[in-house]
Amino acid sequence: MRFTHLFILLYIFIFLGCKQEKSHLVKIEGKQIPITDSLQSNAEIEAFIKPYKDHVTKDLDSVLAYSAHTYSKTDGDFNTAIGNFMADAVYDEANPIFKTRTGKDIDMVLLNYGGIRSILPKGNITTKTAFELMPFENSIVVVALKGRQVDSLVSYLCKSKSAHPISKLKLSIDKNFKLLNATVKGQAIDTAKTYYVATNDYLYNGGDHMTFFKPNDSLYNLNYKIRNILIDYFKKADTINPVIDDRFVQIK
Amino acid sequence: MKRRDFIQQTTAGAAAVTIGSLGLSSFTTSKTKKITILHTNDVHSHIEPFGPEDGRNANKGGVARRASLIESIRNENPDTLLLDAGDIFQGTPYFNYYGGELEFKLMSMLKYDAATIGNHDFDNGIDGLYAQLPHAKFSFLSANYDFSNTVMDTHVKPYQLFNINGIKIGVFGLGIELEGLVDPLNFKETKYLNPIEISEEMTGILKEQEQCDLIICLSHLGYNYRNSEKIGDLKLAASTKNIDLIIGGHTHTFLPKPTIVKNSENKNMLVNQVGCYGINLGKIDFYFDSENNKTADGTSIIV
Repeated sequence: MRFTHLFILLYIFIFLGCKQEKSHLVKIEGKQIPITDSLQSNAEIEAFIKPYKDHVTKDLDSVLAYSAHTYSKTDGDFNTAIGNFMADAVYDEANPIFKTRTGKDIDMVLLNYGGIRSILPKGNITTKTAFELMPFENSIVVVALKGRQVDSLVSYLCKSKSAHPISKLKLSIDKNFKLLNATVKGQAIDTAKTYYVATNDYLYNGGDHMTFFKPNDSLYNLNYKIRNILIDYFKKADTINPVIDDRFVQIK
Repeated sequence: MKRRDFIQQTTAGAAAVTIGSLGLSSFTTSKTKKITILHTNDVHSHIEPFGPEDGRNANKGGVARRASLIESIRNENPDTLLLDAGDIFQGTPYFNYYGGELEFKLMSMLKYDAATIGNHDFDNGIDGLYAQLPHAKFSFLSANYDFSNTVMDTHVKPYQLFNINGIKIGVFGLGIELEGLVDPLNFKETKYLNPIEISEEMTGILKEQEQCDLIICLSHLGYNYRNSEKIGDLKLAASTKNIDLIIGGHTHTFLPKPTIVKNSENKNMLVNQVGCYGINLGKIDFYFDSENNKTADGTSIIV
């Protein structure tokens, strides 16, 4: 018994001795190891991923509609078929929701040229197409803007020389990019009127230097992702065949 | 106290000698110990490797490959910690379909020890992050997000202590300002606190109270912001003391090698970040020697 106690005591002393001996940092070595195809894949991890991958792939590959041609945002100067399709899809899908919630109609849609992230290729349109067109999670917001601010929006578009997607807004400019005519749903812009402009939350927060959304009368967040708008639009459509039209033109 | 310490240490030494013949000869007091810290950041749901057509990222990344690399490093040195500096979520359809479940499950299989929270980890709202917590067998650390009025309350710790082979390691987390970056509907009542002030508080606890041998900051603040008041890792490193390593994220910064920074006491420390999408794994080895072998040379840093 006495020996046992002695050993316990010794263990305690060893333990304390180790604890008391403070370690000190002598050397640090840092590097970065690239993950490349020269590394073997862990089979267990791959097998774990597989059912998830199969489901996602199957779903992404499901056909929603058909694209009549290949559409690119670089085909067109001030409006493009693909941009017109996107802005019109936002109007068609978001307006019923906005109307149910507020009793009002969206007056116009403005998206950004940079927000079209891929082409729309000819042939079957799948869920994957929607992810490629819109990989980001941005949602649609509707901003109540006074006519005067809609004028700033219009002058931004005149100066931008870029085919930002628009819907229900019609613009014409001269050879010096000066505004000739601007209408919203066929009516001249009334500086005193409040317009309900649908855009995405990125632009609303000043993205692409679109500073004209603030201040505003009110903001309605539809919590409706643009990608889901595209998916819902594709599901309803049989063939997608948008055209370049006269919504934004330069008259030389 | 000092005298008592001395007696205990002497006794222990004597005990080691005395009972050495009883099978405890492996106990030595002056062995060098090596702690390996492995880290990722901004993996953004990149589960599979990039394909051969993926430009500059072609054939890089992939969780299954990262798993074998980590396994081989752990086999070489079991005294390893695996950490992530946030933005685990968002970037591939895996997130859109499963909300982060697969990311957390895989990180658990890879035996991650801890992660901090990035701005994109709020992309399905704070409720979306909370919903995935059951899939994570690792800790979430954030010292400067006050979650007390949110569902994440009690699920995030400011810091965690790891005792590896007798080396006490303190890891604390820091997140970026959410206002203007994340929709308030997503982060709800999460409060952002000043990362420099919080770091001073954390290092006070970890160094003075907990007597840590190694202090690591897991940061999603971003590497550096030139001509800006914004606090990045370089600014944080230079304005604080007692942090040995800041593992960064957010800015997707690919560094040719870890950055050596002088802290507020003019001591060298490291800031590292390994780009994004699981293309690289950071590996920092810390070598410790017993105090009685201490030389005047200080710590050498090899990068």
